Amino acid sequence: MLGISSQQLFQQLLVGLINGSFYALLSLGLAVIFGMLNIVNFAHGALYMVGAFCAYFLLNELGLNYWFALILSPLIVGAFGALLEQLLLKRLAGLDPLYSLLLTFGLALVIEGLFQNFFGSSGLPYAIPKELGGGRNLGFMFLPNYRAWVIVFSAVICFSTWFLIEKTRLGAYLRAATENPTLVRAFGVNVPRMITLTYAFGIGLAALAGVLAAPIYQVRPGMGADIISVVFAVVVIGGMGSILGSIVTGFALGVIEGLTKVFYPEASNTVVFVIMAIVLLIRPAGLFGRTA
Amino acid sequence: MKTMRLSAVIASLLLTTAAFADDKIVKIGELDDQSGLYADQGGPGSVLSVNMAVEDSGLRDKGWTIEVISADHQNKPDIAVGVARQWFDVDKVDAIVGVQNSGVALAVAGVAKEKNGVLLVSGAASSDLTGKACTPNTIHWAYDTYALANGTGKAIVKQGGDSWFFLTADYAFGHALQRDTSAVVEANGGKVVGSANIPLNTPDFSSFLLQAQSSQAKVIGLANSGGDTTNSIKQAHEFGITAGGQRLAALLTFISNVHALGLEVAQGLTFTETFYWDLNDGTRAFAKRFSERMKSHAMPTMVQAGDYSSTLDYLKTLEVMGGNPHDGAKVVARMKELPTDDPLFGKGMIRIDGRKIHPAYLFEVKKPSESKYPWDYYKLLATIPADEAFRPLSQSECPLVKK
Amino acid sequence: MSDQPQTTRISAQAHSGRDERIVFLVMAALLVAAPLAVYPFFLMQGLCIALFACAFNLLIGYVGLLSFGHAMFLGSAAYVGAHAAKVWGLDPGLAILAGAGSSTLLGVVTGALAIRRQGIYFAMITLALAQMIYFFSLEAPFTHGEDGIQSVPQGMFLHLLDLSNQTVLYYFVLAVFLFGFLVIYRTINSPFGDILKAIRENEPRAISLGYRVDQYKLAAFVLSAALAGLAGATKAIFAQNASLSDVHFSTSGEVVLMTLLGGMGTIYGPVLGAFIIVAMQQYLGQYLGQWVTVIQGAIFIAVVLLFRRGIVGEIAHYFKRSL
Repeated sequence: MLGISSQQLFQQLLVGLINGSFYALLSLGLAVIFGMLNIVNFAHGALYMVGAFCAYFLLNELGLNYWFALILSPLIVGAFGALLEQLLLKRLAGLDPLYSLLLTFGLALVIEGLFQNFFGSSGLPYAIPKELGGGRNLGFMFLPNYRAWVIVFSAVICFSTWFLIEKTRLGAYLRAATENPTLVRAFGVNVPRMITLTYAFGIGLAALAGVLAAPIYQVRPGMGADIISVVFAVVVIGGMGSILGSIVTGFALGVIEGLTKVFYPEASNTVVFVIMAIVLLIRPAGLFGRTA
Repeated sequence: MKTMRLSAVIASLLLTTAAFADDKIVKIGELDDQSGLYADQGGPGSVLSVNMAVEDSGLRDKGWTIEVISADHQNKPDIAVGVARQWFDVDKVDAIVGVQNSGVALAVAGVAKEKNGVLLVSGAASSDLTGKACTPNTIHWAYDTYALANGTGKAIVKQGGDSWFFLTADYAFGHALQRDTSAVVEANGGKVVGSANIPLNTPDFSSFLLQAQSSQAKVIGLANSGGDTTNSIKQAHEFGITAGGQRLAALLTFISNVHALGLEVAQGLTFTETFYWDLNDGTRAFAKRFSERMKSHAMPTMVQAGDYSSTLDYLKTLEVMGGNPHDGAKVVARMKELPTDDPLFGKGMIRIDGRKIHPAYLFEVKKPSESKYPWDYYKLLATIPADEAFRPLSQSECPLVKK
Repeated sequence: MSDQPQTTRISAQAHSGRDERIVFLVMAALLVAAPLAVYPFFLMQGLCIALFACAFNLLIGYVGLLSFGHAMFLGSAAYVGAHAAKVWGLDPGLAILAGAGSSTLLGVVTGALAIRRQGIYFAMITLALAQMIYFFSLEAPFTHGEDGIQSVPQGMFLHLLDLSNQTVLYYFVLAVFLFGFLVIYRTINSPFGDILKAIRENEPRAISLGYRVDQYKLAAFVLSAALAGLAGATKAIFAQNASLSDVHFSTSGEVVLMTLLGGMGTIYGPVLGAFIIVAMQQYLGQYLGQWVTVIQGAIFIAVVLLFRRGIVGEIAHYFKRSL
């Protein structure tokens, strides 16, 4: 079919799914923050990078391996995110959401610049954990175990988060607090703290993606900037407030990008943006979005 | 009255001739990517190299005033051109050294020609600097795309790697490297079975690596550099490509890349460089002094060695000339007349097109078990003699070469 | 949207003509005399970027639309202008017109897509479109990718003025800047400008008054794109190159920074902001390298938190004038 064997097709679909996992996880964090807090978190890519670096330091300075990093890094970076929210973002609460976009954009520059200064640009090595090394021959390709783990783990996290927000009481409080903070506060719920925790949670998701990425992409200060514009496009396509939208779109776009790499690689960088432009023409709120 | 006027005229004549006489003042500017993608290959290490060269030339003890300044071009031609203009126009810089990034180097070469300064390039790769973009003011030192292609390509084909698949960074540098290497492969009886153009700064190469794997080419040529190279190598390792028998030819690799990857991942890589710190006593002595003074204690890369060597040669030439005429083309012409011999690159010379000629070496990265001490990364596979390493003048597109 | 807290919109001051005219004369006089004190190359860079920032400010300050992809207009015009001058051998004036023309066209196409949304969505769309232009520039053969278009000839403007003469070149660039600036000024202080401001303040009301709001927004967008292109093509001529950094996302980010720092919605704010940032990059960038990025980020944060009106905006507010 079209000069590409079915073997190659399956290879690329699988690889696309792997990339899609990262897109899904990152856009999930963004969607949580935007959907719940109306903040466009431009610093998301930078904090994903910090998550990866955190894993590196946990290993090299404290001897804590990957499995510890999976838990500790999101906690540490999430706590840092909470600090940022308290110190900086809270002050912009009543203003045009464009200001929070600009603030987080500035944050991203500061964070990435600092890391660039101290760690240079070649990147630091982080080994794939032994338990996940090697791979299995699936017949049409050799699939490294670690990549399979990435897909499975991301899917689990994504759907757990979706479940948490859409189906539990805590999630219901969060959603209510976004729609009508005054009323929810009147019910005795500490809304400002919820907001801080939600932001921290979104950041924690980004950091988790960073830990997942560390063994397979180099741990580099520029790693966030590389991926952030695609992730934003994913969120816009999925619908900026929609959790499910960003998850599904993330995985789907990863697959589409993978297919483009086979048939027309020069366009693989732009295909996501082209799709975004088309979706915006037909369904401005995004595929799963609620009209604002 | 008349004698006074006459003596005033004579005095001013003497003063003006004195102003045009050569002086012993030299100002060198190191222009490089100090903090970004290429900083580890050149950057602050290159500034150190230039300073060491100034010290080693001994000219300060002989009464010369030599000043070294540096700037970060951040991989942007606009910034580089602005700095270069200001340096030549306002700051009285005589020579610019370093300049990683081919696009930047080409832009600065134009400025150097316009302002009649000297440009000593070690960082950039494009062979066009001594080809169609050559000028009487540019000398291209350490390496270029032709040398990389010719060294690695030829050697690997001769060792049996006769089918190639390229992973090419989709911009001018990558295309040039693929073009030059393909030419060499085909000229030596090999064939190119396919290639993939990969956008710059792609974090994930898995789909392209899988294509390379399916092509069953014996050699996978990586026509990219910096982060792209480290990523593609790391992921090739992960997908078991080298374990499966295919060979990786990382066409542009520096010791800083190998250090970043670690030997576990980088072992078996084959590439061409014109300098390695552990090659001989001369290189070792320099490397020891260099790494002691580097904050990161890293060993010098080929670029940093080139910056040292070119600066030293420049200063030696000025000493031979007896003073600095502040005339770039004149100094460069004299540099081309004098043969070179330094502890880092050995014996060589500078050709009419500005190309510095010296031997090149084919290296392979050691297995972790073979490495006995820190930074013991390479083993020498072959030496390519100086007269074969670079593009022959007969094929040159440089207007300075008289046909 | 029932109990939302009052959102403070990014807004401009009410205007009075006299102060603005005085400042204009002062600014023009300073710029005319500047080459005596400051290196002209840096000044020309400042002028082009200042024009770019003013064009950007037209959208955010007066229409309320934050474009996060404005570099696409600057950069694409730079490429077209450079190509026109180098490969087609056009007179520099024509090359600049060609560049500005191409960015105008690009503005029409992208504007038609982007105008459909507002606020954050508009910003995201412009970002995505700019990324497309960036990757296109990377691939297209005529841009020479990473190398860029180098050694663009400066030529003779109208066969009279030799632009390779630094002094002549400077006054030529200054003239272009003042022209662009005046176009913006006249646009803002015109009935068209008043309608734009009305749309920014209360779009539903403007619609209810019968104005075809989308057409006005598109017109402003295209004008902004055209002037950004004018800046870009002029830059290609004086700097003699067009490169990827002209279309890169960081350039879009920088123009936002300059305008924010100077004062969104003020006329002179972007000019001041542009010169400050260009000065910082040129003079400090050589010594501080990547710290420049950190400083820029810190400025962003500081301005957004502490003085959202920007420098000129704060001055204007203090003196209760409009600038």
